[in-house]
Amino acid sequence: MSDDGLVMLQLHEPGETPAPHDSERGAAVGIDLGTTNSVVALSFEGSVEVLRSADGRGLIPSVVHYRDDGGVEVGAKAREAILETPDHVVSSIKRLMGRGIEDVKALAGTLPYAVEPNPDGGMVRLRVAGRVLTPVEISADILRAIKARAEEALLGKMVSRAVVTVPAYFDDAARTATKDAARLAGLEVLRLVNEPTAAALAYGLDNAVEGLYAVYDLGGGTFDISVLKMEKGVFQVKATGGDAVLGGDDIDHAIAEHFLADRKAAVGEHPISAGEVKQALMTARVAKECLTGRTEGEWMIEVDGRPSRHSLTREQLEFLAAPFVERTIAICREVVEDAGIDVADIRGVVLVGGSTRMPLVRARVADFFGRPPLADINPDEVVAVGAALQAEALTAGSDTLLLDVTPLSLGIETMGGIVEKVIPRNTPIPVAMAQEFTTYQDGQSAMSIHVVQGEREMVDQNRSLARFVLRGIPPMTAGAARIRVSFQVDADGLLTVAATEMTTGIEQQVAVKPSYGLNDDEMADMLRDSLVHARDDMQQRLLTESVVEARRSLLAVQSALGVDGDLLSADERQAIDAAIEQVKAACAGSDRDAVTASVESLETATKSFAEKRMDRGIRQALAGMSVDRLDGALGGGE
Amino acid sequence: MDMKGPITLTDAAADRVKAMLAKRGKPSAGIRIGVRSKGCSGMQYTLEYADEKSQFDEVVEQKGVTVLIDPKAAMFVFGTEMDWVEEQMKSGFVFRNPNEKGRCGCGESFHI
Repeated sequence: MSDDGLVMLQLHEPGETPAPHDSERGAAVGIDLGTTNSVVALSFEGSVEVLRSADGRGLIPSVVHYRDDGGVEVGAKAREAILETPDHVVSSIKRLMGRGIEDVKALAGTLPYAVEPNPDGGMVRLRVAGRVLTPVEISADILRAIKARAEEALLGKMVSRAVVTVPAYFDDAARTATKDAARLAGLEVLRLVNEPTAAALAYGLDNAVEGLYAVYDLGGGTFDISVLKMEKGVFQVKATGGDAVLGGDDIDHAIAEHFLADRKAAVGEHPISAGEVKQALMTARVAKECLTGRTEGEWMIEVDGRPSRHSLTREQLEFLAAPFVERTIAICREVVEDAGIDVADIRGVVLVGGSTRMPLVRARVADFFGRPPLADINPDEVVAVGAALQAEALTAGSDTLLLDVTPLSLGIETMGGIVEKVIPRNTPIPVAMAQEFTTYQDGQSAMSIHVVQGEREMVDQNRSLARFVLRGIPPMTAGAARIRVSFQVDADGLLTVAATEMTTGIEQQVAVKPSYGLNDDEMADMLRDSLVHARDDMQQRLLTESVVEARRSLLAVQSALGVDGDLLSADERQAIDAAIEQVKAACAGSDRDAVTASVESLETATKSFAEKRMDRGIRQALAGMSVDRLDGALGGGE
Repeated sequence: MDMKGPITLTDAAADRVKAMLAKRGKPSAGIRIGVRSKGCSGMQYTLEYADEKSQFDEVVEQKGVTVLIDPKAAMFVFGTEMDWVEEQMKSGFVFRNPNEKGRCGCGESFHI
């Protein structure tokens, strides 16, 4: 656009004036929608430019200020407003994406705004400045600002499509929520890409030697470590881990505490005011950033007319930061060990996040992985750079096929609350897989399909994604119906589940409308838990399977007793009843061997009963039949 | 004589149109300005070479340039000044139209 806001027109051949915005179909950006800051970048012919504000800033704080006059501000201005009207400002909304009220209870008290359950279930709502907003709407406001920033930087060219990055551990609910937010902001999501994958793409690792790569992401408030496996230009997330409440902010706090202790010594013992804490934190951040380049410095804190001087050397800073950095290294170690990887096999380490600028972090990462990390690209921007490259590849065409994997296993609940995995974790997507299930009871006409996500063996330890019912199953003996449940995960990691009864073709399908369940922390924990609890889980699963089997036998025996109970003598009946009681008692306990043994003795006790029933059955079937019909009856009796 | 026509061209715009007509390499009746109802805010200008004048075109001769105005457009563009703007990154014709009441965010379309 020209200075006065008018669009510039070109002279065209008759009838060839392009429709408005036609020319802009090409502008597809990469967006790193971060917890603390967001970044947008555009790639043109493989060279990426981070789209900056007029004053050159690439980072857009992911903070939204809802003004009383109805206006909405995003970014640096919104962050400034936190000081004056904290209850009108929302930050870190990413933590609430796709989260239900149960998930958020853990965060209660740490959020500066009121979180309310959604009366329709699903994602929480926020009450901010008299408005009730969902995390999706708030994220959409951030994305709108990002879109506006990009359009401004591109001289008014419209931006309508984007690749948006999400954490590798984001589940279906959070991914859907992110996509919805983009749509609300008027952006078509070309693809959701995992953040570590985007970082790896930024370094062109898709063209590098095949093998394992690690992405170490230490931001302001979160730490993530991911191990990617690159094979034929395709990335799979082999393992992820992290800490949703560990980051540069913790280091700032440690420095601020150190400063405040000094200040007490300098100006005398006094109760620390909120203003002093704020000043100390800001000074701490400045000091930390300064000491990246320098080895020592001195800063001044002045509150209520009482100045104090604070010197800090890099050595002191590193002493204060060490516990946090060591914690990240410990998590790296855990993740690498859990994944059964030898550190020496990792061919490269990518640094992401502003906190990785600290020399201590780089040194420790280099120590642990035994090689200097890749850090040429601005660690705040590297994810957006990768996303931009992918956006260009998807619109302008490219040989690069980016493949992601399912972050957690997907499965369905079977009898007794056992999870049957249909798509295992780390399966490259898009993918479709199916498994057959059957009915449990005679004449069962409906089957409830409960879709779950997670690594544990029992349903209640995993995350519930969706439930639906397949009805109209024709009455059949238990185990005769064949119900094929197919799972399809599209390129964005979103799931569709279909159930089909194979003999009738009756089908029921759901695009998973996730029932929101877990927070990021729990997601990361789930992966670790699955390994820690692998043995317990397996025992629990075996026990439950035995109990389900035992109950199935009980049902069969009881229904047989109802029909043919008259075949038994009083003694026989008594023995069977005793065996039934024994099975019931064993099922109530948790000793698998006892359950199995009781079922065996029930079988022994009912052996002669079963024979008598069979005799009666055959006699009834034969009664009044000719030999011809008998052949048919036996042949077709299966 | 520089009579105020339905639309006026600045010197820069007139020079540019002349240059472009010369470069087009085929006989032209001039340029044609039209509007069409597309875009996110109602209408959009069209600016095209004209191979021939059509019967109902409003004809403006100005600074050596023939501007044909589509009859459908005449009432919307009356009083518009057409200018040629060159900036660091891009250049193009701009229409300063007193009839416009608003534009879409991207500036490609307008409403009256």
